[in-house]
Amino acid sequence: MQKAVLSRKLSLLFLTPALVFVALFLVYPFFSIFQMSFTNRALVGANALNPQNVGLQNYMDLFDTQDWMRRGEMGHSLWLTAQFVIGSALIGQAGLGLGIAVAFHNRKGLLRELVFTLAIAAWIMPDVVVAFAWFAYLDPDGTLNQMLQAVGLRPQDWLFDYPLLSIILFNTWRGTAFSMLLFSSALASIPPSYVETADVIGARPWQKFRDILLPLLRGYIATDLILITLWTFNTFTPFLLTGGGPSYRSNIIAIYTYEVGLRFFQFGKASAIAVIVMLINLVLASIYLFISRSRQRQIA
Amino acid sequence: MASIALSHLRKTFGKVIAVNDVSLTIADGEFVALLGPSGCGKTTTLRMISGLEMPDSGSIYINGKDVTNLPARLRDVAMVFQDYALYPHMTILENIGYPLKVRGVSKNALTAQVQAVAANLQIDELLMRRPGQLSGGQQQRVAVARAVVHRAQVFLFDEPLSNLDAKLRLEARAFLKHLQREVGITAVYVTHDQAEAMALADKIVVMKEGGIVQVGTPLEIYRYPANTFVASFIGSPPMNLLSCQLDGSQLQVLAGDDTQSIGIERMALPSRLTAGSQFTLGIRPEHIRLKTTPTANSIRGHLYVTQTLGSESLVIVRVGDLLITIRLFQDEAPPLPDVVYLCFETDHLFFYGQDGQVLQ
Repeated sequence: MQKAVLSRKLSLLFLTPALVFVALFLVYPFFSIFQMSFTNRALVGANALNPQNVGLQNYMDLFDTQDWMRRGEMGHSLWLTAQFVIGSALIGQAGLGLGIAVAFHNRKGLLRELVFTLAIAAWIMPDVVVAFAWFAYLDPDGTLNQMLQAVGLRPQDWLFDYPLLSIILFNTWRGTAFSMLLFSSALASIPPSYVETADVIGARPWQKFRDILLPLLRGYIATDLILITLWTFNTFTPFLLTGGGPSYRSNIIAIYTYEVGLRFFQFGKASAIAVIVMLINLVLASIYLFISRSRQRQIA
Repeated sequence: MASIALSHLRKTFGKVIAVNDVSLTIADGEFVALLGPSGCGKTTTLRMISGLEMPDSGSIYINGKDVTNLPARLRDVAMVFQDYALYPHMTILENIGYPLKVRGVSKNALTAQVQAVAANLQIDELLMRRPGQLSGGQQQRVAVARAVVHRAQVFLFDEPLSNLDAKLRLEARAFLKHLQREVGITAVYVTHDQAEAMALADKIVVMKEGGIVQVGTPLEIYRYPANTFVASFIGSPPMNLLSCQLDGSQLQVLAGDDTQSIGIERMALPSRLTAGSQFTLGIRPEHIRLKTTPTANSIRGHLYVTQTLGSESLVIVRVGDLLITIRLFQDEAPPLPDVVYLCFETDHLFFYGQDGQVLQ
């Protein structure tokens, strides 16, 4: 073992600022939310001054079997979130990102630069700017409808009639660059002779993809899926497009939490939602850690 | 089984001319080595035969059929890469069997064929392992086995032994040569190692700067190097090349401030050499005799260093600004005085003009 550069005391001293920061802004809010989720704390009214302990009441409200799947309730919101995650993260971002990365594997040229630049541009722009641009794009008099009309198709009120589809497309467009970059750098690490051997052997493009590229990318795909699942699960940006509506039809979990906590000011209930969301994230992250550890074991 | 013909192949990468006007015929069952220093175009030539690179101009024929515009998978060639390109996620069985799997051979037939080939190459014990668990020599055999199972018309080797250590390399050389004889397949082998090319090939193609410099059997190339490049590339140690000038009945060895003359009576001088013309004299290390006393037509030099190689020894002598290597077929060089005399065997002299080409 290498000898430590700093003594234990000194290293603790160096760690202190970070520990204080973590304690103040991560550990304390976590426990305070956990504690708050068992109260009826609110912003206004009697419960604002004297919040009372309500036990598991908030959780029971959330999981009330009668209302659970009604619009604007948590079950419905989780169902929308699941569709949103599967549509925009798994199929949209990961699928499209993998497609682009494989299509441009070992290729150079203007088209590749153009596609990569556009994807990365969509990824690095500020949320509000992007949301406004998409708002204009999907507006009844917006760019998309004008293009549709130009080719003789009927215009749609996208954000009103297809709110979930709209935010799925939006989030796919917004986040594909990450998966694309991850996969294309993973592909770049595969020796060219692997694919060339398959070329000489006589493998078809889909055989090369199925037998060589996909197995070698498996670990990267797992990492990518978990990361973008977590991010998409927690994203709030679609609020800027649809506000969760109309009539809760794009009310994904982050927006639902916001509504309960910061619109209806039911801090206790919102805290309970936050705790549940945290648990879901914890499960997803554990799956990710499990997969990446078993991958390391495989390599070793 | 196939013959190969290359006709005026040319390939550029941007402004770099990788291969320039290469024409070559390879007979059915022949083992041909493309030999040259790095960047001479040998690998690009091989990759054009495989179909992994497309030539800018020129044509490639396999068995008389024009394959210039065919993709790699339709050319029926097998290739072994320098890094072996074994798939880390597949077992050895799956690796060797992959060419069969691609063709839709059934699992049982695939396993049977792979086992037969693996037994022949003595790697049947390894079939359930993965490439990462194999030594370099074993990986090399697996890569060759995958090419054999492919039953292609042509084997292409891209420096397949350069990742092996010296001892394994010698073993692998014998193994490859034996295998090629046994399978009787046409093989094109790229290497920068002249000893490897000599040991393996029926025919050596020496390349330099994108073009072919000389084609011949290993012995032809060794005995009659067509120019100073080949002369200095083939043989270990390579031929001694001395700048000389013809001066009447004397041949002057131009060695900086120590110009010495030897008589030309017994030399078969090329007719193109006339008095005063400058040329390069080539002589292999084994064709110089070392004397401790001056004799007729010897040149004087200073002992520089001796090297003991076990079965033979090398003596390097400094003459002016030249270093001349002499090979002695004895295990150890005898004790030598500081000043020695070199006597050239006049039957074994090569004369190269100022353009580097051999003079007839």
